[in-house]
Amino acid sequence: MSIVTRAWLLSDSPSSRLQSRLGQAYLRWLAFRTNPLAVVGLAIVVLLLLAAALAPIIATHDPLRQALDQRLLAPSGAHFFGTDSLGRDIFSRVVHGARVTLFVVLLVVVTVGPIGLLVGATAGYAGGWIDTVLMRVTDIFLAFPRLILALAFVAALGPGIENAVIAIAFTAWPPYARVARAEALVLRNADFIAAVRLQGASPARIVLRHVIPLCTPSLIVRSTLDMAGIILTAAGLGFLGLGAQPPMPEWGAMIATGREHIFDQWWVATAPGIAICTVALGFNLLGDGLRDVLDPKQSQ
Amino acid sequence: MSPRKFTATIGREFATVAVTFLGLLLVTFFIGRVVPIDPVLAAVGDRAPADVYERVKIELGLDLPLYQQFWFYLVKIAHGDLGRSVLTSNTVLADIKRVFPATLELATLGTILGVLIGVPAGVVAAVNRGKWIDQFVRVVGLFGFSVPVFWLGLMGLLVFYRMLGIVGGPGRLGVAFDDIVDPITGVILLDSALRGEWAVFRDAFSHLVLPASVLGYFSLAYISRMTRSFMLEQLRQEYVTTARVKGLAERRVIWRHALGNALVPLITVIALSYATLLEGSVLTETVFAWPGLGRYITNSLLNADMNAVLGGTLVVGTVFIALNLLSDILYRLVDPRAR
Repeated sequence: MSIVTRAWLLSDSPSSRLQSRLGQAYLRWLAFRTNPLAVVGLAIVVLLLLAAALAPIIATHDPLRQALDQRLLAPSGAHFFGTDSLGRDIFSRVVHGARVTLFVVLLVVVTVGPIGLLVGATAGYAGGWIDTVLMRVTDIFLAFPRLILALAFVAALGPGIENAVIAIAFTAWPPYARVARAEALVLRNADFIAAVRLQGASPARIVLRHVIPLCTPSLIVRSTLDMAGIILTAAGLGFLGLGAQPPMPEWGAMIATGREHIFDQWWVATAPGIAICTVALGFNLLGDGLRDVLDPKQSQ
Repeated sequence: MSPRKFTATIGREFATVAVTFLGLLLVTFFIGRVVPIDPVLAAVGDRAPADVYERVKIELGLDLPLYQQFWFYLVKIAHGDLGRSVLTSNTVLADIKRVFPATLELATLGTILGVLIGVPAGVVAAVNRGKWIDQFVRVVGLFGFSVPVFWLGLMGLLVFYRMLGIVGGPGRLGVAFDDIVDPITGVILLDSALRGEWAVFRDAFSHLVLPASVLGYFSLAYISRMTRSFMLEQLRQEYVTTARVKGLAERRVIWRHALGNALVPLITVIALSYATLLEGSVLTETVFAWPGLGRYITNSLLNADMNAVLGGTLVVGTVFIALNLLSDILYRLVDPRAR
């Protein structure tokens, strides 16, 4: 980066809104960069995105093509991670599995984030009986065992990756509502909110345009830290045969097929497990780093 | 604070729990309703004439409005009637009574391991903040938040059972030791010790140690992380400086004074982690063929045995809520400020 751009970004007296925003973002990036573990996390997540986007190019084989004469081959130059019980190339399946994982994580966060945000921000801003009722419901859901509840839901809805997403989303929103409410409670009495109210803004407008945007950073942190949990739950459902259905290359389901061969062909279950660990660790490290930058009051 | 006010607080706590429990029942009832299996068809078969179908529907109470059906559901639960399992043809309650001790044994040993290692690890990390040992504890902990429990179990079996041969394989006991000890509590370690069957005890322990360690690792990850952050908070306080100025040994300042205070919020953390282990046992038990509640739930699930699934969900949920309540009460008893 040239010195001029740097100076423009770090200027103490930005001349436009864009300049000040970019400057803020740059300062945060500088702070983020000082944490090596967080940078590792970011690298892992970028790698996951690349693997998902370029899966057909990276994969050496068709992830679904069976070759029964090449069953359970050990890792080699032709099959980096070996082959599974149907002769499918495990490396290609792991790479394509990145798409499934990303699909589940994004879908859950996209459903859960707005619901939690809306419930929490409304409860915190409105106060009174609305707050009591909404938080009571949130607490009830928070007191449930998440995985078991998701299991019962999938049992009711039937197995499948869409139903797994619904079940996870159904059990994952309460912590978001809690975080958003805590933020909204603080904002509620802020002077600028009083100013907006005096200008005649409706409660809906205040919540949607002024409260929610300011709750968002802590929710981004929360959801990044939550993504590892979502990945693990989805993999667990897949492992039990309740998530993604065969032949979809889902990491948890791949471990389940490797389970029968664990003592003799250990590589079948090993590779997808390492993939899950790496990605989940990446999100955890990234979340920790983001928390330090975006939400300094929560970090220790 | 007066004892009366304390009682009032506890009373409010119980009321909250009652509402939560009602919510749990509402959810299990609701799930039971949305299942795409028609309970009437399941009872009469699809060849039954329309009048038989209608009669059975009325007998089962399915023609009533939903709120009445929910009321009857509540009455049934209050009588301890969780229905009958299609798979085992026992009552669900009897089934759960049979399998629950196995899960309890696993989760308890896991939590004990987690506390015994996690608390000291967290303290050491906090005292040596920023040094390599702190980073090490942090990475070990973060890894615990990132590894799938079923995969760790499989890898454990591969390494410690297959390759090193130092632990027992899947299941609770070796075939040779089955049915030697008459159950007293259902917890094999306790039963065999009480009956003096030490060979059985050793075999049971060798089967228990790996799944319990796997679960214990997750408990350790959570407990060490929380201990570290509670300890950092305590070490900043003035009483710590005072104790040091008084000339107390550093060891005493850390392990007695600071940890003593950090233990108060840790009660909640430990109770929560115990509850999470009961839940984590679902996947662990599947991997280790452990005949506990978790495997009972997943087995019933794969066979569409909804009474058993919902009964198991209800029991785990109840234990969850009870542990939450217990930790709240303990917290208030131990910390006078929280009363």
